[in-house]
Amino acid sequence: MSTRLATGGRLLTKDKPVTFRFNGKQLRGYEGDTLASALLANDQMLVGRSFKYHRPRGIVASGAEEPNGLVNMGDEGKFEPNQRVTTTELFDGLSATSQNHWPSLEFDVGVINKYMSRFMPAGFYYKTFMYPRAFWKHVYEPFIRQAAGLGKAPKARDVDTYEHYHAFCDVLVIGGGVAGLLAAKTAAQSGAKVMLIEQTAHWGGRAPVDGGTVDGDPVEDFVEKTVAELASMENVTLRNRTMGAGVYDHGYVLGYERLTDHAPEAAGPRHRLWRVRAGHIITATGAIERPLSFAGNDIPGVMLASAVRDYVANWGVSIGDRTVIVTNNDDAYLTAFALKFAGLEVPAIVDARPAGDESPAMAQAKALGLRVLHGHGIAKVKGNKRVTGVAICAQAGEGAVLEEITCDAVAMSGGWSPVVHLWSHCGGKLAWDDAQAFFKPDRDKAPTGADGAGFVTAAGAASGALILSDALGDAHAAGQAAAKAAGFTARKTKAPKGETPAEAPMLPVWMMPQGASAPLRAKAWLDYQNDVKVSDVQLAAREGFESVEHAKRYTTLGMATDQGKLSNINGLATLAGALDTPIPQVGTTTFRPPYTPISMGAIGGEARAEVFQPIRRTPMHDWHDTNGADWEPVGHWRRPYAFVRDGESTHDAVMREVVNTRQNLGLLDASTLGKLVVKGPDAGKFLDMLYTNMMSTLKPGKCRYGLMCSENGFLIDDGVVARIDEDTFLCHTTTGGAERIHGHMEEWLQTEWWDWKVYVANVTEQYAQVAVVGPNARKVLEKLGGMDVSKEALGFMEWADGEIGGFKARVYRISFSGELSYEIAVDAGQGQAFWDALMAAGAEFGAMPYGTECLHILRAEKGFIMIGDETDGTIIPQDLGLNWAISKKKEDYLGKRAQARSHMTDPERWKLVGLETVDGSTLPDGAYAAGEGVNANGQRNVIGRVTSTYHSPTLGRGIAMGLVLHGPDRMGEVISFPGTDGKTYEARIVDPVFYDKEGEKQNV
Amino acid sequence: MLILTCPMCGVTAEETEFHGGGEAHLKRFGPGSSEDEFEGYLFMRENPKGVHFERWRHANGCGKWFHAARCTTTLEVFGTYAAQTYEPPAEIKAVISDKRPGWRWREHS
Repeated sequence: MSTRLATGGRLLTKDKPVTFRFNGKQLRGYEGDTLASALLANDQMLVGRSFKYHRPRGIVASGAEEPNGLVNMGDEGKFEPNQRVTTTELFDGLSATSQNHWPSLEFDVGVINKYMSRFMPAGFYYKTFMYPRAFWKHVYEPFIRQAAGLGKAPKARDVDTYEHYHAFCDVLVIGGGVAGLLAAKTAAQSGAKVMLIEQTAHWGGRAPVDGGTVDGDPVEDFVEKTVAELASMENVTLRNRTMGAGVYDHGYVLGYERLTDHAPEAAGPRHRLWRVRAGHIITATGAIERPLSFAGNDIPGVMLASAVRDYVANWGVSIGDRTVIVTNNDDAYLTAFALKFAGLEVPAIVDARPAGDESPAMAQAKALGLRVLHGHGIAKVKGNKRVTGVAICAQAGEGAVLEEITCDAVAMSGGWSPVVHLWSHCGGKLAWDDAQAFFKPDRDKAPTGADGAGFVTAAGAASGALILSDALGDAHAAGQAAAKAAGFTARKTKAPKGETPAEAPMLPVWMMPQGASAPLRAKAWLDYQNDVKVSDVQLAAREGFESVEHAKRYTTLGMATDQGKLSNINGLATLAGALDTPIPQVGTTTFRPPYTPISMGAIGGEARAEVFQPIRRTPMHDWHDTNGADWEPVGHWRRPYAFVRDGESTHDAVMREVVNTRQNLGLLDASTLGKLVVKGPDAGKFLDMLYTNMMSTLKPGKCRYGLMCSENGFLIDDGVVARIDEDTFLCHTTTGGAERIHGHMEEWLQTEWWDWKVYVANVTEQYAQVAVVGPNARKVLEKLGGMDVSKEALGFMEWADGEIGGFKARVYRISFSGELSYEIAVDAGQGQAFWDALMAAGAEFGAMPYGTECLHILRAEKGFIMIGDETDGTIIPQDLGLNWAISKKKEDYLGKRAQARSHMTDPERWKLVGLETVDGSTLPDGAYAAGEGVNANGQRNVIGRVTSTYHSPTLGRGIAMGLVLHGPDRMGEVISFPGTDGKTYEARIVDPVFYDKEGEKQNV
Repeated sequence: MLILTCPMCGVTAEETEFHGGGEAHLKRFGPGSSEDEFEGYLFMRENPKGVHFERWRHANGCGKWFHAARCTTTLEVFGTYAAQTYEPPAEIKAVISDKRPGWRWREHS
């Protein structure tokens, strides 16, 4: 069993005990523990179940690479799944539960999958869930959904806050181990602004556990001294608990700082996302130990040798009383020594390397009386939920058992792999190191910045310098190179001298034993979380998934939340072996950010709730809000959909607004409509190019409705253009289109017709605009008094400046409703006062505000199109019967050439018509009209679709517009629209103008 | 996320301040052009691995359009220049020739 030792634990504060809960059980730990070390101290080795076979899973590692120890943390608004126990700092009151099991961690029904494993090989999803087709929906999908995903999605709203920081530095060092510390110091000595970030709460990385001396002093002293020096330098920023999550183009880095995860009661944001722009980046991200692939290497109690060492040294935790070491290198011997010094048993060091020259580590093992079995391996691990022993075999053989050793823990080491993730994120290339059997950064192929030079330098173990002395020399050089790259002159300093005992070369071991039989290979795990075994990768290779990227997706190797930090190199070495190809030729899969998962909260930062997206408000917004506005988002604006009165449904309100506007007087807040001033000697010529109709011939004082198309010919916007004077036009755009059309105009002016003398200004927010609509519209304006708004003085499609009720106003006699209508623009600051004046004066004429849905019905009754309803980016004006608004005289306008293409002139294009249901009901929105016959997929052919549909209170029936094949030639024909509700709607093709076809009402 | 310098206002800024606008130096074909000419103008775009010329707008800045000469593989920026030109300026081409001898892009080299 695993337990807390009486002594040791350099990171613990033993006079500060804490209590926490795991699966409801109260447990004890110390300040300085990780959740992993505290669980192990309480003999809680089993922490979860694997994804596919629900095999028992124990803690394997001690850091960010941990694949198994994922738990649900917290409750309610602080609940978060998939938290890694090895990177979770213990705090008083912590509450965690294990995941991916049912009904309990100890007894799990899903473990049945294990016995099915023969039927669940690599790619089983693709092979199994195909036939019969009828099973897709009711059998396979529920099964896959049940099995998919780890943990549970939080249900409550996150109660924590998050924030973003922007930072700039000359040199950013990622990783606060000895290499990172030295590189930061060396760079900072040049005067460069340096930022150093470290993912854990501690500085120095592995070095204090692994030992050695720097310039004759213990490495711990060097760490302490260097941190103090850095802290005293004004040009250095130090941040621990901050992970380098990703490296992006031109020196952009995301850092993920966990501020209060270890102290949830503390004030302030929980996580902070650092958005750093660095002149040069040093990745001092260390190395990760690799597991060995032997049968039963996933049984709880089998751990990385370095992790076993960490738990003893850092947290005073023994993983077992008897630990067998299995290794292919000298480094794992340190674990044997650490255990021995802690008074624990090490029955054997199983060293896959044949006996050769004795290294200092081997000599020390001998001196300590440890049994070293050279040229041996583990045939299989015995045990179920916990290791009970190992069977030893010859590494060179097929797994014939030579002896069995009783033990309760196995510490394995397959060598080390530099953490090259951050180097690779932005395109840094890797080189294979044959001697040490790992990929390391290829110095000549760093990711390049704006100037074409490399902007990342790897330092220390991350660059392949695993030995302390090499790492220090490498980091010193990296610090100097980074300072130089950032434009500083490096000070001439000497690298401190690191000393550790010499090591014998490691031996690459990708399978243990080398010729492991099929049953053994089917129990040798590569990816613990996703349950990928040596046999799965070999099967993938046999089935033709030879590319490493294909094999990964087929087997799901490295696709779990740990992204294959432990499994990738072993997996691709296995693939290389199966393909009989050298490892560097197989290559690696792509390393993508983030390095380990970061919280959604951190990504969102402050942008949530009302700050998520700013809302644009018209000057009358607050009035609408207090008068029953049912809000509708339109672009970034909010517009009232309807003004709902007490006791009324929204639909009732809309109907009332339509009837009142047609019979009395309606007021619409039209301030959101885009207003662009186009000015200059060439303004007319310019607008002739932008609109399909002729604008240059418009007389000052007049208005004209215009259509705007893209160069593809498709309609992009419409609106009324008013000519203010010879040089000046005011173009109205749709509510959502103002910024886009402004940008469209600027683009053509700046990049195509840059010699034309035209300026464009967006004055949308300078005006409040009210549409005064209905038979009483003129009466209310006359009552307010001021300018002459009679038919004679201000005819339809004319505008005039003047005064209304004391307000300086520009009045447009335009109508989007078919009624007598004035759109009146006043200064934005006068908007609310003007609205109040209209409401007060209009009371006797039945004035009521109306919203966007009423506006839609009014325009649909008149057959006016709406951008975004009748158009969807594939519609040309000709489809909508708008040929009258397309100039035949102009040589050119944007979209003209495109509208001459064969597809655009095809008579088979669906054309706009009105649709009247035979029974007066309302057609479903977006419904398709079914035609004769079926298509190649056996579906009914379609001959049209509904683009707008409403109940018209004016006509007392449903009305709609739609695009129909040969529609305008089929007036009076009845076509059918099958609805998604199972009903079929019959509708007659009619003229799209349903109401007041002659336009008498607006022209009074 | 790239860093670009707007040649119009001189500001060097993050990519979030800019908006990409596709390929630079397109020649517009309007009414009267052949189907091939119009197809080329409307749809045919270079997708080079290497030297490329792009349009950008300093959307959250001075609002001006400009051109950038860039390497799509190394992300190196050779230079930015005003949009009011029909072809890459000689000094930009010289910078590219210095760093990518023998480069070609459409009819330019």
